[in-house]
Amino acid sequence: MSSVAHLPQDPLPIGPRPAPRALGGHLTVWLRANLFASIPSSIMTLLLLFVLGKACIGLWQWGIANAVWIVSGNDTSACRALRGVGACWAVVPEKYRFILFGTYPFDEQWRPALAVLIFIALFAVSSRRSFWRKELFLLWAAALAVIGCLMWGGFLGLSFVTQDRWGGLPVTLILATFGLAFGFPLGILVALGRRSKLPAIRSLCVLYVELIRGVPLISLLFMASVMFPLFMPDGVNIDKLLRAQIAFILYAGAYLAEVVRGGLQAVPRGQYEAADALGLSYWEKHALIVLPQAIRHVIPPLVNTFIAFFKDTSLVLIIGIFDLLTTAKTAIVDPAWQSFSVEVYVFVGVIYFVFCFAMSRYSRSLEAQRGTN
Amino acid sequence: MTTSTPKRSPARAPSRPWRLSLSDPRVAGLFWQILVVGIAVAIVVWLWSNAVHNLSVRRISTGFAFLGREAGMPIADSWIDYTPKNTYLRAFIVGIVNTLRVAVIGIVLATVIGTLVGIARLSSNWLLARLAAVYVEVLRDLPLLLQLLFWYVLMQGLPAARQAFKPIEGIYLSNRGLILPSVPLHEANWWTILALVAGLVVLHLVRRRQIAQQMLDGRARSAWPYALGLVVVLPALVSWLMGASWNIMLPELRGFNFVGGLTLAPEYFALLIALVTYTSAFIAEIVRSGIQAVPRGQSEAAKALGLKRGFVLQHIVLPQALRVIIPPMTSQYLNLTKNSSLAVAVGYQDIVSIANTTLNQTGQAIESIALIMMVFLTISLGISLFMNWYNARIALVER
Repeated sequence: MSSVAHLPQDPLPIGPRPAPRALGGHLTVWLRANLFASIPSSIMTLLLLFVLGKACIGLWQWGIANAVWIVSGNDTSACRALRGVGACWAVVPEKYRFILFGTYPFDEQWRPALAVLIFIALFAVSSRRSFWRKELFLLWAAALAVIGCLMWGGFLGLSFVTQDRWGGLPVTLILATFGLAFGFPLGILVALGRRSKLPAIRSLCVLYVELIRGVPLISLLFMASVMFPLFMPDGVNIDKLLRAQIAFILYAGAYLAEVVRGGLQAVPRGQYEAADALGLSYWEKHALIVLPQAIRHVIPPLVNTFIAFFKDTSLVLIIGIFDLLTTAKTAIVDPAWQSFSVEVYVFVGVIYFVFCFAMSRYSRSLEAQRGTN
Repeated sequence: MTTSTPKRSPARAPSRPWRLSLSDPRVAGLFWQILVVGIAVAIVVWLWSNAVHNLSVRRISTGFAFLGREAGMPIADSWIDYTPKNTYLRAFIVGIVNTLRVAVIGIVLATVIGTLVGIARLSSNWLLARLAAVYVEVLRDLPLLLQLLFWYVLMQGLPAARQAFKPIEGIYLSNRGLILPSVPLHEANWWTILALVAGLVVLHLVRRRQIAQQMLDGRARSAWPYALGLVVVLPALVSWLMGASWNIMLPELRGFNFVGGLTLAPEYFALLIALVTYTSAFIAEIVRSGIQAVPRGQSEAAKALGLKRGFVLQHIVLPQALRVIIPPMTSQYLNLTKNSSLAVAVGYQDIVSIANTTLNQTGQAIESIALIMMVFLTISLGISLFMNWYNARIALVER
């Protein structure tokens, strides 16, 4: 707090005061500084330790000491005998295939598993700064195409699997990733439109963004599931998953447009003027000069928006699409396992957490890098 | 802001004759606008004509006439009188009240908890700061719907009313929800509350006048006599004159349920907890970064002047932090309100849930969804306007 070092030099320099004598060893010094600095702080520490200790013991007893880890078949009597004093983790090995992959044909579940791995690899590659080049777009297109082929099948001896049998983690990843992949170009166009000089285009873009951002995602999903068929001509039947995907793309487009707009505003005016002076056309100016700078500015908020989408995909539960959360909720409809929903929610919670935590860590490291630059 | 290439020189450019070519920027601009608007209008017209056709095939009449029909839908948790014999319109109003009930209380609680956690994250106590960080990280990285379902399952797993948890006399937590003691409010009580509110408003005006006078002559004036008179004596007097009774009604267990007291249904309680904890994690981060955005020199300078800790926080740090905090806070409030629509997943009957039931009963999909959107757009607009007003009020006045 009291950093004397930055004050201007006195005319008569006084030597620095010697540091106070440390009382005890390293650990004692740390404890005194961080946990027992003052009487209120010490009281707070003791109180927190008490609460934390009680919570840890409770969780240990429920989650580990009294838990049932495995049962044979569907015989959950051992779990029921616990009467809630211990967790029934046996539900996880019993149901994990259904939770992760839904009703995808059991023998073919290596395909969605492979698709999930491709997704993870795609995210890992995209997160490396050295891969931020034009080729990345081709890689995304190729990866998404491969995932589509894997999931659908119907060639090279792979049996064809319709979308209504897809489920679990791949559906969550598909909704989030395709939403981003298509919503992002849409968002860029809308962001440019919102900053356009042409009043009609500008007001259309403002209307779109504000309308989508002003209403809950659920109402958009209802629209996709109930209203959309009304708006299609006779005989046109679009699959439910695809309809939800369209709703997600529109939703993503509006939010990403605002993020991109923030980046566009951060590009100095001189850059636009220089591009104009070079005689570049509108599209050349934006594609070559403005957007590359604008998007670099907003990568951390883009990652945060992506985390939000990833979590928001769980809302498709309400319109009955089998994403990770819906499969989890369906897994415990089975009467034998009905009373062990907490365990299942903890299991899918861990999956969601791993994905989101990795992304938020990444976003923070990007911000830290920018701070040091 | 809207022009990417602003005109620099005040001198007006000589007006050139229009050339009928896309290389003329004015012609190009006009062309693009007509094209884009034309496409948008064409899509809307196409969708609309399909909808009209489909509705006529399914014999669904468009319009809001169905709002006058009998709803026949039971609503368990309502603050205003409602029976299934009432109209759809009344059901919608109940839904709006339920949405606002969860949103307003949620916003207040989330702000309080979020601010506390945000300050705790900056605490010099290592353990407290770490726990606050864990709270934020865990809650932010799990989908809200998952958290909501989790809380709801926990609520359902609570013991029945007879074995309810009783942390304090009069408070019961069971699978019937949270039951709190209440004070029955009659006319006299409402007048007293009104007197209290009026007293607070007058006190605020008096205080403003006092500060204005202090600005002129530099003499500090005490507000305590006014505060005592307006906030304590006046309501007490009104209460005594009107003969208001302030008996606290404790809930009692009769049979399998509770009688008396204020009941928060499990659905409402689960939704409230989920919304409050989830949003408070985001608010904590906003508060933390807002406080960190105030240069450290400000609080150091204040301390060097010998000002007290609380005074420094209240008059030096917070006013500056608020400027950074308010805009993102607004979007969190909007998020909380929009997220309250997840109520439909646990069966709390908010506007979305009631519109959804209406949609299933009547088939009026377009109207029901339009109503949801209208309600949320209105609420969003209201919150935005209020927060923009507040933001403008506390914005830095540069002299």
